[in-house]
Amino acid sequence: MRSRWRRGLSSLIVVLCGASVLIALVPLALILFYVLTQGITSLNYAFFTEMPKPVGETGGGMANAIVGSLMVTGLGAVFAIPIGVMSGIYASEYAGTKGAAAVGFAADTLNGVPSIVIGVFIYGIAVLPFRQYSAFAGGLALGVMMIPLIMRTTEELLRLVPQSLREGALALGATRGRAVFTVVVPAALPGIITGILLALARIAGETAPLLFTAFNNRFWSTDPTQPIATLTVQVYTYAISPYADWHRQAWAGALVLVSMVFIFSVFARLATARMERLHQGG
Amino acid sequence: MSMPRFSIRPDELVFRAGTGSFALLLIVIVVAIGAELVKESQLSIREFGWQFWVTDVWDPVVGQFGARPFIWGTLYSAILALIISTPIALGIAIYISELAPQVLRRPLVFLTELLAAIPSIVYGLWGIFVLVPFVRALEVATPAWMASLPLFSGPPLGVGMLSAALILAIMVVPFSSSVAREVLKAVPQAQREGAYALGATRWEAIRMAVFYARTGIVGAIMLGFGRALGETMAVTMVIGNSPQISWSLYAPQYTMSAVLANEFAEATSDLYLHALVEIGLVLFTITLLVNIVSRSFIWSMAGAGTTRFRVFRRAAIKEAA
Repeated sequence: MRSRWRRGLSSLIVVLCGASVLIALVPLALILFYVLTQGITSLNYAFFTEMPKPVGETGGGMANAIVGSLMVTGLGAVFAIPIGVMSGIYASEYAGTKGAAAVGFAADTLNGVPSIVIGVFIYGIAVLPFRQYSAFAGGLALGVMMIPLIMRTTEELLRLVPQSLREGALALGATRGRAVFTVVVPAALPGIITGILLALARIAGETAPLLFTAFNNRFWSTDPTQPIATLTVQVYTYAISPYADWHRQAWAGALVLVSMVFIFSVFARLATARMERLHQGG
Repeated sequence: MSMPRFSIRPDELVFRAGTGSFALLLIVIVVAIGAELVKESQLSIREFGWQFWVTDVWDPVVGQFGARPFIWGTLYSAILALIISTPIALGIAIYISELAPQVLRRPLVFLTELLAAIPSIVYGLWGIFVLVPFVRALEVATPAWMASLPLFSGPPLGVGMLSAALILAIMVVPFSSSVAREVLKAVPQAQREGAYALGATRWEAIRMAVFYARTGIVGAIMLGFGRALGETMAVTMVIGNSPQISWSLYAPQYTMSAVLANEFAEATSDLYLHALVEIGLVLFTITLLVNIVSRSFIWSMAGAGTTRFRVFRRAAIKEAA
């Protein structure tokens, strides 16, 4: 009698756990469904090649915002990759020291700072002094958000490199710097690059830190000292507007964003699976 | 071996200084964020002091700034999201790490990670055009006895606390479930085997593992809470942006991050700007504290566990060879 109750409870919990997976997958399916169906019917050639039309006119595209997103993300990467990779190398080389712990703590802290607060910070240091919103400030904001992601990926992947590789280099008389940069880092490079691309894809979908750094721009601009349109901010502006045609374009923008994230995630997953196999075999 | 500790080879010094300076830069950035927020909110801190946090009036026109409705909105929405998401996130973590057949695990992990990778703005867009109308329909259908409760009072607008809490919950689930899953992975297999050996049912063995991992699981949930507190775009788009304090799930309200998103670029006076930055400062401080506490929980758990886990894995590889 008692054991039947225990087994019954056990099965019930198992079913509940399975159900919670289904519950979580419902919104995912709904979001993907709407983004796909609404996005595909709205996405057209003009979306990628044309400029936004004035209010009231239908048609047009987000060419300037797409270029803007690429530019702001690129600026962020230029700023974040050296800091992220080098501090990741430091953290993995000096693992266990106080310095490495401090960097790890700083990276985790930075990772937890709300993106809108990063925007406020960059506004204070890169917008306010020049009294000018700029693509550069937007890039800086995205860069600050990329740093902890890149740092942690680099650190983790360097730790996956077999110790024997490093020891071999050192035994041949290489200095630490030489062993790290010519043997250890190259061994982990494919993974690090994948990690960086994944970080880029994630951060390229950010909106909040750009609202008052890169701001927005209705016109074509590639000048880093001027405000610039980005895909995410444009989607936001269009989504909260009252115009049906702008809503349509917002869905198209969402589809582009989701596809980008999806492609990068699949790519990264395949690459890390390959990495793991490689190192487990060796 | 017998090299004196104080002599460091020059090339070692160059390497350490080279990589270390970038690491230092990372630390400097974090400190600079805090310093900048304090510096740019001085006017507001001096003008209002503690009154800032207990006043309800937010009127930029007359220069009166009270932040209580925003703090209320942020905490209320995040706590509601936590109530909704915690059982689901735990269920997923347990299902994937303990119950799912091996072939299902990777795809499920991938799907939950995909849910985490969707940009906030896409959640917001979906929220406006799909979730809000759905919530509005629910609200219209509120039975009379429920509508008399303070929790469900007010007109059925769709936008408001309920929509915000739901969208936050959807966004937090993949995050806390993936951390909880990692924590459960660090529980030594012997814990479960021991339970089974004593005749435990599946759930009783899982309960042992969950109990063993309790600190880390609390940490995972708190980490999700930190995310919910700082989440901006999706919430801004569905919460209604009305600075009022209400228990009602149907009432449009406002959060700290949403007021920053909406008003920062329009702040016309220095005092207005500083008041907004002060909101940013408090958001920064709260999320910092929540993150530090939750990470210390997770580390206290994973620290011992992962080493053991690595030892097991190495042993397994050796056996296979």
